[in-house]
Parts: sequence; structure tokens; C-alpha cells
Amino acid sequence: MASLTNPTTLSTLTHHHHQPSSISTFTLFNSPKHPSFTPLITHSTITTNPTVFRRTPTITSATTNPSPSTSTASFHGTCYVVRDNIDTDQIIPAEYLTLVPSKPDEYKKLGSYALIGLPSSYEQRFVEPGENNSKYSIIIAGDNFGCGSSREHAPVALGAAGVAAVVAESYARIFFRNSVATGEVYPLESEVRVCDECRTGDVVTIELEGSLLVNHTTGKQYRLKPIGDAGPVIEAGGIFAYARKTGMIPG
Amino acid sequence: MATSSFISTRLSSGPSIHTPISKKNKLSTKIMAVMTPQTSDRKPSTTGSVKTGMTMTEKIFARASERTQLSPGENVWVNVDVFMTHDICGPGVIGVFKREFGDDAKVWDREKVVIIPDHYIFTSDERANRNVDIIRDFSNEQNIKYFYDITDRGDFKANPDYKGVCHIALAQEGHCRPGEILVGTDSHTCTAGAFGQFATGIGNTDAGFVLGTGKILLKVPPTLRFVLDGEMPDYLLAKDLILHIIGEISVSGATYKAMEFVGTTIETLSMEERMTLCNMVIEAGGKNGIVPADATTFKYLEDKTSVSYEPVYSDAQAGYVAEYRIDVTKLEPLVAKPHSPDNRGLARECKDIKLDRVYIGSCTGGKTEDFLAAAKLLLASGDKVKVPTYIVPATQKVWMDLYTLPVPGSGGKTCWQIFEQAGCNSPNSPSCGACMGGPLDTYARMNEPQVCLSTTNRNFPGRMGHKEGQIYLASPYTAAASALTGFVTDPRDFLH
Repeated sequence: MASLTNPTTLSTLTHHHHQPSSISTFTLFNSPKHPSFTPLITHSTITTNPTVFRRTPTITSATTNPSPSTSTASFHGTCYVVRDNIDTDQIIPAEYLTLVPSKPDEYKKLGSYALIGLPSSYEQRFVEPGENNSKYSIIIAGDNFGCGSSREHAPVALGAAGVAAVVAESYARIFFRNSVATGEVYPLESEVRVCDECRTGDVVTIELEGSLLVNHTTGKQYRLKPIGDAGPVIEAGGIFAYARKTGMIPG
Repeated sequence: MATSSFISTRLSSGPSIHTPISKKNKLSTKIMAVMTPQTSDRKPSTTGSVKTGMTMTEKIFARASERTQLSPGENVWVNVDVFMTHDICGPGVIGVFKREFGDDAKVWDREKVVIIPDHYIFTSDERANRNVDIIRDFSNEQNIKYFYDITDRGDFKANPDYKGVCHIALAQEGHCRPGEILVGTDSHTCTAGAFGQFATGIGNTDAGFVLGTGKILLKVPPTLRFVLDGEMPDYLLAKDLILHIIGEISVSGATYKAMEFVGTTIETLSMEERMTLCNMVIEAGGKNGIVPADATTFKYLEDKTSVSYEPVYSDAQAGYVAEYRIDVTKLEPLVAKPHSPDNRGLARECKDIKLDRVYIGSCTGGKTEDFLAAAKLLLASGDKVKVPTYIVPATQKVWMDLYTLPVPGSGGKTCWQIFEQAGCNSPNSPSCGACMGGPLDTYARMNEPQVCLSTTNRNFPGRMGHKEGQIYLASPYTAAASALTGFVTDPRDFLH
């Protein structure tokens, strides 16, 4: 029987399946990313919204970095590492979904419960009891981060807790979409399993323009995948800002 | 040789062009055309210069975005036919809507918005109760045509409008129609794909956008095709089929893709069975599930909707990312073991797993036919259950069916009579119930680290409440069989 006490056991439960060889017809379709729109934003800024719950990525300077970056083109802080298939119930358990993200005080409360659903095999808690914010501003994850329920409370809770960006091997699509639509966390993809090479507490920097993740603690650097079609939406500041910029809704 | 007309013909039909061979065998110094070497396996059809066949999902996107042709990977604005929200996301959606469109804004179409309280209803949690009030106030303010209200929490039957689980209510109330686009603030919105439509879950912000505009920006998904053939064995249900598929492709096997289900087996499935199948595509990461509409679909819709609809079907030459062929006669009853829906196992190989409880309910396994199946197995056994067995009908209508519909082969007994005789708990008020845990006082919530077998859709850590709870997902047949023994049990032990 599966045991929750050993995180290795949890990750071995995930099956990386290959397509069965017995498929009778196989049409391989490499879907190239076809942007049917061109990005309207040429510089990397993230517009802020006056209401309290729309965030700009917070930049935390590390003590080891003599010249902290103040540009919105990078994120800097300590990272928290999680494994594969972290579903939204673990990011924000269902019992907290009575909190309404559009209400400022409930938005804050959601932050206090971010990742509280992780099993006890995760020794460090993401948010300390009694706190609303996490000391970790970057999450490093494995495959399929944010799978399961479509609850937007998930990226909201992370954002409310102070997370600026997530670097995952891959995302579940609804979570990715919600992150982009809300602008709460910047969802980046790595090319390798950075969750195997980073540890909770490592000091990292994400350079958006260079598509780079730098782990200052280990001294290693990792290529990040380009943000792709979501880029213009994120850069505009979310789906509404993007829709206004492209004329889909009046400004 | 009319070389110039040859070149112009070639140029207009594709990217590769030929260098003409001079009849005089003399090298011409005038460059007429250059042939580029082929660097990738790219058929002319992918350049868009040739019209390709489309899958039914692509066709639905094309129609909804007013295009004649599109391909997977394109981002398009589509018109939404039906938008659904419930009590836990509704308030957040309303917040976004008012923030972005103004306090006095009106929804894009008061008849295309369906608001269904179903998640945290029968609880004393004040915020949960307040959330139902919020969606009621909004529905009144906006004159929303379809708001399935509940005001008397003490007696669900005293609420004539109340339905229950949103995905089942959408189907039962005729809001699911072939060829349409349905989006909802719940990941299991994909259930409606059973009706041959595109249906997917979205978050509050996207939903607020839809409320104001009736449009959403979507990327056209490529399609995975699942061909299921063979006569469905009488010990298998659609739940076994989808558990088999998820186990095969993994929880991320269908990410960003459509899952299309066809084949002779699919054609024999009822609408509720098709709903079970499409319900869990999200557990494979799927963007949507879809089953072609046929006589079964049209019959189901006959008495439920008068809105006209136009079904679409995949072209014979449509392109698929992959095709899986499954001979259902070779399948066996399955479970998804803790803690992942893709942790597939044979029920018969888990017979040493001792259970603390069995739960039969939810959009996945709490429909009328799910209970009829469970009752059929309990009847075949004649025994009593060995563990607490929770019965939570999805909607008011399902609840009524438990008490009125005769179970085939029982001599006129209802599901409830059979459940009662077998020692199951009385059916509880229709709602999502304990499928996702919920507020601490939710009926059948797992508040201790127990082992539960359920007909629900997810078994990640903490899903039904306690973080150390162990959840085995299974079909209603397997659930009933397991309730009778107190261990995970293959239903063939009772069905022959």
C-alpha cells in the first residue's frame, strides 16, 4: 500500500507512460505554435491594476546579491521545491474554497493556506502557521503542476502568498491558463527536471529575457522554454488587459 | 514544353517548384525557378494551402469562431453557447465581472448563463451559505433565467428549483446540445462532451470575461482518438473504460488535447455512461472529451430542449495526434489506487485491500444508472454490506429515481429498497457531497485516515478530507461488490 511518509514513493507512483506500440493508425502531428496574433507589447512590463488583489511580481533581493535587480524582467528569491502531479487540492484544499478571491481580505486568507494540502512528507511548510505570506517567492516543480480541479483559487493562493513565478517541467492546462488570465504567478517551463537539482531554500534568479533560471546556491543555470502564445497575454497584464489592447473589449 | 505555364501551375498549388529541363540540353543562364531541398516531413496539407479534413472538435471551434477552416494550435475567439457556474466559484466570477465591466454591467445573455448551487450546500459553514446568497442576489439582479436556487437547507425537497450536481443538472435540464460550446467554472464541465459538443472547465477570470462578452480565447486542441470496439461485458461499466484509458496514457497524457471516443462499444452506451466517460478526461489532463451525437443522443434530448442544434462529425480524413484501439471484451474491472487516477490496478488483484467505507455518488458515479448498477449487483448477492456504504444521489431527479424506478429483474423493487435491505446508509441530500471533502461537516467527509472505495473522480492526497486518507476509484459495480465483502472486490464475484 502506498505510504505518504516517503516522497520518493509518491513520485514513483506517477507513471510516465509511452504510447502503446499496438496503435493501428498513427498520425504524428507536431503542432507548431501558430500565433494568429502578433504581440503588441514590445517591452517587458506588467501593468498594475489599482484594486488590491492584482499583483505585480514581487522582487525579493537576496543578501548574497550585491546588485539586486529592480527590473520586472527578473524574479529573485528563495525557492520551494515540489514533485510531480501537484494537484490543485494540494495547492488549496477544497475546504478553503468558501473564500472568494475577489474579496481583498479573503484573498489574503487564501495566501495563508497556500500548499497546505501537501502531505507531511514535505518537511518545510510553505507558509508558516499564522502567516499570510511565504518566505519562498519561487516554486520549482516537476510534471503536470496544478493538475486536477479548475479552481482559480490555486494560482490566486500562491500569488497571495507572495509567489512571483513557478518553474515547472510541465503544467496542467487549466492551472496554466488561470495563472496567465489572473497574472498572479508567472508560469515558466524548464527544459530539464530542475526539481531534481534544486532544493527548498536555494536562492534563485529567473531572467525572463534570457529565459534562464540561475541557482545561486548550487551555481547551476538552466534554460527555460519561451513563454509562447501566453506571452502577449501575460505582458498585457492578464486576459482583460489583453482583450482591451487588442480591441476585443472597449478600453 | 510550355515551361512558364508549368511553373505557374506548380507555384499556385504548393511550395515546391521545379527547375524546368531545357529541351536543347543547354544550361540556361537565366534562373527560372529554384527547388528547395526538403528539410522536414511536412505534407502540403499542413501549409494551409490544401483544405484538410477536421475533427469534430476542430469543426465546433471553426463554427464558433466563424471560420471555415482552422488547425490545432491556433488561438481563436469563440462564441460561447452556455456558461455555467456554481456556488464556490460564482462569487469570485461575479467579483471579476463587476470589477472589469462595472457595477451596473449586464451579462451578455441572461438565457445562456446557468447558475447551479451544488458544492457546499448542506453545511452550517457561514461563508458557504453566504456564497449561495451572493449568487442568488446576482441572479435576481441580472434576471438570470436558469438559477436553480435552494433556500431551505434543512429539506432539499422543499426547494422546487434546486437540482444538485451541476454537470448532471445541465444534462437533465437540456442545456447540453451537439455542436455547441459550453464552458463552466468546474473541471468536470468536460462531462457534457458526451453530447457531441465542446465543453471544458475554466477559472473565475476567464469566466468573468465570458459573462461580459459571451466570448473566450481558446487554442484549438489536437485530438486523440479512442476507438472502443466489442460487446460490453456485463461486469464492466464506462468507469472501467475511462480508468483503463487514464491508466494507459497517464494523468498528463491528454494535456491540451481533445479525447474523441468512437467505436461500436461507444455506440451502445447510454447518455449517462457516455457522461461518465467524458467526465474523467480531465483526469488525463484532457481539454475536452467528445462522443459523436447519434440516435441515443437525440432521443435523450427530445423531451429536454426545444433549442435547435446542429451536430458535427469528424471528417474521414481528419488528422489525429494518435489513435488508440481498445477491444473492450478483453478488459477487466479496474480500480485507481491511491494517490492518482492513473494508478491503475485490476480489482481482482486488490482483493486484500481492506476498506473502511464505500461511497457511491458524484457527477462521475452518482447518476441514476450508477445506482441501478449498484442495486443490480446487491440484488444478485442478496447479502448485506460489511462497511458503511454512503449513497449520495447527484440531483433531485436521481434521488426521486432511487425511490420510484423499478430495478430490472427485481420484481418491482426500487433502488432504495435494495439498498435498505443490504444495509446501506439512507440516500443523502443531492449535491457534490464528499467527493472533494468540503467543509468539515459535509456528509460522508473522510475526517480520519481511512480507506475508502468510491465512484468519484479523484484520489489525490486529501481529496475527500483527511490527508492520509486512501481512496480507490472504481465503478458502481465494483463499489457494490466491495461493500459486500469489506475488501476491494471484482464484481464478477457476484455477477455472472
